[in-house]
Amino acid sequence: MTAFAGWRMPLRYASETTEHLAVRRAAGLFDLSHMGELMVTGPEAGAALDYALTGQLSAVAPGRARYTMLCAEDGGVLDDLVVYRTGEQQFMVVANAANTGTVFEQLRNRAAKYDTTVTDATGENALIAVQGPAAAGILAQLTPLDLATIKYYAGTFAQVAGRDVWVARTGYTGEDGFELFCRPEDATDVWDSLVEFGASAGLIPAGLAARDTLRLEAGMPLYGNELGPDMTPFEANLGRVVKFDKPGDFVGRDALAARAAAGPRQLLAGLTIGSRRIPRHGYHVLADGRPCGSVTSGAPSPTLGAPIAMAYLDVGAEGEFAVDIRGEAVPASVTDLPFYRRSK
Amino acid sequence: MSVPAELRYTPEHEWVSVEGDSATVGITDYAAQQLGDVVYVSLPTLGAEVTAGEPCGEVESVKSVSDLYSPVDGEVIEVNGDVEDDPSLVNAEPYSTWMFRVRLPNGSVPADLLSPAEYEELTQSAG
Repeated sequence: MTAFAGWRMPLRYASETTEHLAVRRAAGLFDLSHMGELMVTGPEAGAALDYALTGQLSAVAPGRARYTMLCAEDGGVLDDLVVYRTGEQQFMVVANAANTGTVFEQLRNRAAKYDTTVTDATGENALIAVQGPAAAGILAQLTPLDLATIKYYAGTFAQVAGRDVWVARTGYTGEDGFELFCRPEDATDVWDSLVEFGASAGLIPAGLAARDTLRLEAGMPLYGNELGPDMTPFEANLGRVVKFDKPGDFVGRDALAARAAAGPRQLLAGLTIGSRRIPRHGYHVLADGRPCGSVTSGAPSPTLGAPIAMAYLDVGAEGEFAVDIRGEAVPASVTDLPFYRRSK
Repeated sequence: MSVPAELRYTPEHEWVSVEGDSATVGITDYAAQQLGDVVYVSLPTLGAEVTAGEPCGEVESVKSVSDLYSPVDGEVIEVNGDVEDDPSLVNAEPYSTWMFRVRLPNGSVPADLLSPAEYEELTQSAG
């Protein structure tokens, strides 16, 4: 167990490598109840979110989800979010645990002039994710819902193990899978049922460590590593989340437009390493021996069998790349992201 | 978790086995579990002089990198290449996966190594 943003979290249940590979080959079960859930409801909920966030949430159909960001006036990223439209006048904004307070405060302030209510429902929601190629087959045994009708980045209310659950086909692993939002008092039953019905298909519980290597292989950013207040979405190659053509103003528009026009000075890239030593957060990246950026996340990739990393590199950096791993310049190759893409 | 009775220990979670004038060193089960899956081990070079309480190598896991400390003074007379080739041995069998051997000057063992009971108490108080 480990302390994480005020929660006690399972870092690993047994071996994080085994847990990682179970998600790639069968299924893994994650307790993500630390994630924040903020409910935005009312006639102008969509308009309020259009103003507060970079995306156009009013254009999202009920039952669909969007990956989006909350930016400051200067364009810096305050959090990356998944927003579910759970009803015509209801949105659920899922925030990173460490940022839930900031996101709640910002949404409330930014929504003040709209006919909408923002509430923090983190305490009323547990979140269990079942991820991996076997996830749909396992979940199908526990719900009357036809999962084939739930597309990627869609969700619906349904019964799972006899409990009321918001079932969403989303995740943070690069695999097919589902995220199940339920009442905390129902979470144990939902979890136990998934373990019971999934064990024969290879499902095992997986912790934060496996979640981190899975998302890294999938090239997904982690707030605090790839994203932060000194970065805009453009450095992270996520400019697509900024919808300049949506109607009305939104917080950060001018700064983001300026950054989009000027082009970022650094860009997120992938690195592979020709050694077993791990490039870690903050290590310098060198091009022909000169500093040209820094590592944001690094880990041994169980899928590739070698260390991988994401790093911000100066635009135009070229030459022989290396990572300064505690004083040793270890050769590295710059690669496109993601490192891993599942076969459909 | 119980620790082998025939070994001695350090607060940095190394175990030491003394036979004659040589000491064999590895890391404890507790250390392996705290680290998680070990992916890289860097051992001292053969012939190097190591000093008790000072770093002489590295143990790197998925989530962290830690110094490997020598529990004793002396010359490194053997290193375990198997553990460098397959670091997962550290997690699988921490007490049979030795890392390096040191020749003790005058065959003397430092008096401040922990007994099994003292080490167990240390890990329990650490939670």
